[in-house]
Amino acid sequence: MKKIMLFFCLLFLSACEQQVWNNPYPEQETKHQAVLYSSFSERPRHLDPAKSYSANEYAFIGQIYEPPFQYHFLKRPYQLEPLTAKKMPEIRYLDAAGKQVSDSKAAVYTEYLIELKPDIQFQPHPALAQNQQGDYLYHHLSAQQLEKITRLKDFQQTGSRELTAADYVQQIKRLVHPKISSPIAELMKSYIVGLEEYAQQVKNEPRTTLKTMEISGVTLLDNYRYKIRIKGHYPQFIFWLAMPFFAPMPWEADAFYSQQGLIDKNITLDWQPIGTGAYMLEENNPNLQMVMLKNPNYHADYYPTEGEQGDKEKGLLKDAGQRLPFIDKAVYRLEKESIPYWNKFLQGYYDASGIASDSFDQAVQISGGGEIGLTPSMLEKEIQLQTAVMSSISYMGFNMLDNVIGGTTEQARQLRLALAIAIDYEEYIAIFMNGRGVPAQGVIPPEIFGYQSGEQGLNKTIYDWQEGRARRKPLAVAQQLMQEAGYAQGIDPKTGEALILYLDTAATGPDDRARLNWYRKQFAKLGIQLVIRATDYNRFQQKMRKGNAQIFMWGWNADYPDPENFFFLLYGANAKALFGGENAGNYQNAEFDGLFKQMSIMPNNVRRLQLIERMQAKIRHDVPWIFGVHPKSFSLYHRWYQNLKPNLMANNKLKYLRIQPEQRAIARQQWNQPIVWPLLVGGGLLMILIYPALRSFQRKAKETVAK
Amino acid sequence: MITYILRRLLYALPLLLGVNILTFMLFFVVNSPDDMARMQLGQKHITEQAITNWKQQRGYDLPLLVNSQADGLGQLQETIFYQKSLRLFSFNFGLSDSGRNIGEDIQQRMWPSLAVALPSLVFGLLLNISVALMMVFFRQSYLEFSSIILCVVIMSISSLFYIIGGQFIIGKLLMLVPISGYDTGINAAKFLVLPVVISVVSGVGSGARWYRSLFLEEIEQDYVRTARAKGLTETQVLFRHVLKNAMIPILTGVVVILPLLFMGSLITESFFSIPGLGSYTIDAINSQDFAIVRAMVFLGSVLYIIGLLLTDISYTLVDPRVRLG
Repeated sequence: MKKIMLFFCLLFLSACEQQVWNNPYPEQETKHQAVLYSSFSERPRHLDPAKSYSANEYAFIGQIYEPPFQYHFLKRPYQLEPLTAKKMPEIRYLDAAGKQVSDSKAAVYTEYLIELKPDIQFQPHPALAQNQQGDYLYHHLSAQQLEKITRLKDFQQTGSRELTAADYVQQIKRLVHPKISSPIAELMKSYIVGLEEYAQQVKNEPRTTLKTMEISGVTLLDNYRYKIRIKGHYPQFIFWLAMPFFAPMPWEADAFYSQQGLIDKNITLDWQPIGTGAYMLEENNPNLQMVMLKNPNYHADYYPTEGEQGDKEKGLLKDAGQRLPFIDKAVYRLEKESIPYWNKFLQGYYDASGIASDSFDQAVQISGGGEIGLTPSMLEKEIQLQTAVMSSISYMGFNMLDNVIGGTTEQARQLRLALAIAIDYEEYIAIFMNGRGVPAQGVIPPEIFGYQSGEQGLNKTIYDWQEGRARRKPLAVAQQLMQEAGYAQGIDPKTGEALILYLDTAATGPDDRARLNWYRKQFAKLGIQLVIRATDYNRFQQKMRKGNAQIFMWGWNADYPDPENFFFLLYGANAKALFGGENAGNYQNAEFDGLFKQMSIMPNNVRRLQLIERMQAKIRHDVPWIFGVHPKSFSLYHRWYQNLKPNLMANNKLKYLRIQPEQRAIARQQWNQPIVWPLLVGGGLLMILIYPALRSFQRKAKETVAK
Repeated sequence: MITYILRRLLYALPLLLGVNILTFMLFFVVNSPDDMARMQLGQKHITEQAITNWKQQRGYDLPLLVNSQADGLGQLQETIFYQKSLRLFSFNFGLSDSGRNIGEDIQQRMWPSLAVALPSLVFGLLLNISVALMMVFFRQSYLEFSSIILCVVIMSISSLFYIIGGQFIIGKLLMLVPISGYDTGINAAKFLVLPVVISVVSGVGSGARWYRSLFLEEIEQDYVRTARAKGLTETQVLFRHVLKNAMIPILTGVVVILPLLFMGSLITESFFSIPGLGSYTIDAINSQDFAIVRAMVFLGSVLYIIGLLLTDISYTLVDPRVRLG
């Protein structure tokens, strides 16, 4: 008993020493370095820039690999600027014979000449380690050498070399190597001259031969210059050049990582990147944590000296002209559930957090006037809230090949339009998204050229502009349309019963039930019976490919900030069921297609805006989609997290961010003092309970002996 | 004994083959290689050619069960079933659909699973036996009745409640240990306290009640009466005779789950971000990486069969009357 009491006393005394017991990180790491703490819930599938194509993977490789161009961190609308390139590319238009022409419309080919900055070095990496004779140390590993290797860190030597244009060319070649399976291989084959033929040539060749085999449309001019020839005129190609797909890859990486012994140990290029970016992956243990360190070889790169209006006032130019990056180390911990993540954020162990629906009320309050603000408990911790409308759209699509809801007849159009009015997305956003969304008025999301806010951007087929805001047309308008379409009060004249429509969805989780019921109710407002055909995602995709769905819900997230990247979802030649493209509703309209062709190759100017307005008007009239929601992201940041500005296009934002580790250390100390008294009380209560039991035990034992 | 073990191992082969065929049917007939390719390649800009390439590179372009274009044994060998499923018998798990070596991942992730499961089992066993013995000692008293009620209450609550409640009270409110996470070596200890405590507490209801029933069965036996007649104290009776004789079902119950400790706990690992095999399986299911799911189902079956075999062997150790022939 005395020992137990002593233990509790020691526990109490140690708690008085201002020690923090719940720190999940090594103590020495947190106080002296500018370390960013974040997490990942699902391990990234690919870190090879030729394969990777998702946001959670770009969070890593965007910091490691450097394509020739990047998005300006502060300027809006989004602007491209050189990253490893010396300047923006020289673009030449060529005729069929390869002669330069001045008119882009007459171009049979377009050529991009890219010149790189000199003296950019790769991160230290064993693939580049050489001996004094210039032979690579680890390109032909023996079984004996492999025995000692379990991680990349186990290689004792690392090397580096200067970035050259050949590394960019190597990566373009990698896009079409069958073993790499790049998701954009087929798309790029249709643009880059000679890539299709090159894919055939290297079909049965190992990756190591890519270095010596040339693509006709990609020319290496010298150490710092290369040019890419693409078919026709495709101005959006420049945006692809700012994506990791076009980042440099040294041939040594393919030679090194092609060794079977390393593949067997999960040491592959897909898991251990090699780049020139501001950070390098120090530890890649997707089962536990991923750690990025500042690249010691990172080239001269500086924080922008200008931004958009208001940036200076917000303190976003305080670091103007300073050498990047600011953060020394970024630790990404495996955190699978949102509740523990949220609690650790509140304890200061994560620097930023999104807001899950469970914690929304704890974090955010909406005033009577609809203004969004933080709750007092968040304000007390000086947490910052940042919101941004995403460059994406979710929509309800109609299969235009369907003989009830699809087609170009006035009856079908009126039916679609009636539904578009009846489905109240404002209510949907309030109920299911905690107000985190903007009802879409057209195809293009905010911050993309062509988007117009206010009355100018209003979808007048669905909304009226009243008292300075958009108001959905009354239900009576939709009911009138139903009557005109021949479905008065939702009755199908063929059957004499309620019109039945089918919604195909892959939303089968328990949380989806309420949403689907809500949709049923929206359709029921017009007397229509909505039948939900829920299935798994694979079956849903199959239905979509075959054009078997009637109504569906889908969305699109921008690849790049250009209206073409949204309107192409409605372009006739991209019809999914007919041509396997991304036009899931199989909408086809000659006028729209003509406008799309013109608009897609134009620079951003008044004329282009006019064309976009006409295209929007056409889509609003034909209603192949019910425009749903542009989701709004809500992010919370601790006060020690600085230089925060939403940039939905840039993948390499980490280098601009700043952390104040001293502030964080103080806050963590303050917020995480262990509370021991409940333990002492609990222990005491236990003693009180145990004591009579012990007495009873002793008595009973004696009684047994007596018997 | 050796003949018995060999015979049991031979019995295991058709059983594992059956499991293999069943999982193969589930994964390849319901979910075609085309579906897998689409899942792995993502949702944007995916063409038929890209799918064909993906399948070719991973050997999913072969026929499912019989390759009529091949000769001789090749008809069976050059099939997806042979390449992907039968290979598991040599414990060659191959590469996951995302390209990682599954065997290497399993080797790495089984230790965190074990680090949670083993102390949970040992402490749980000690606590359950102690509580059960206490209930038997105080049988037909208010202490026993209140303990039974408490056990029923504990076992009636979902394990998820204990996890979230434990994280909230111990991790968030009292700030005594990290809420979640894991580390290697000795640093893992602070992350293991909470999941182990929760696991032990949540299991005490059902465990103690089961052991209590085993002890009660023994306590009515003639040899117990004889022991009492000899003048032994109730404590001596319980520890020397009742506990010893009740060890057979306890031991066999424990031995059967020993190999499965490596497989980890799906929910605990997920909530505490412990990088074990339980969360590995859950991740694979979520990302539809069927190469991993197949491997884990196979491994689970093998370990279960080993567990059953060990149980049989353990009978002979604790009860000399049992002979394996």
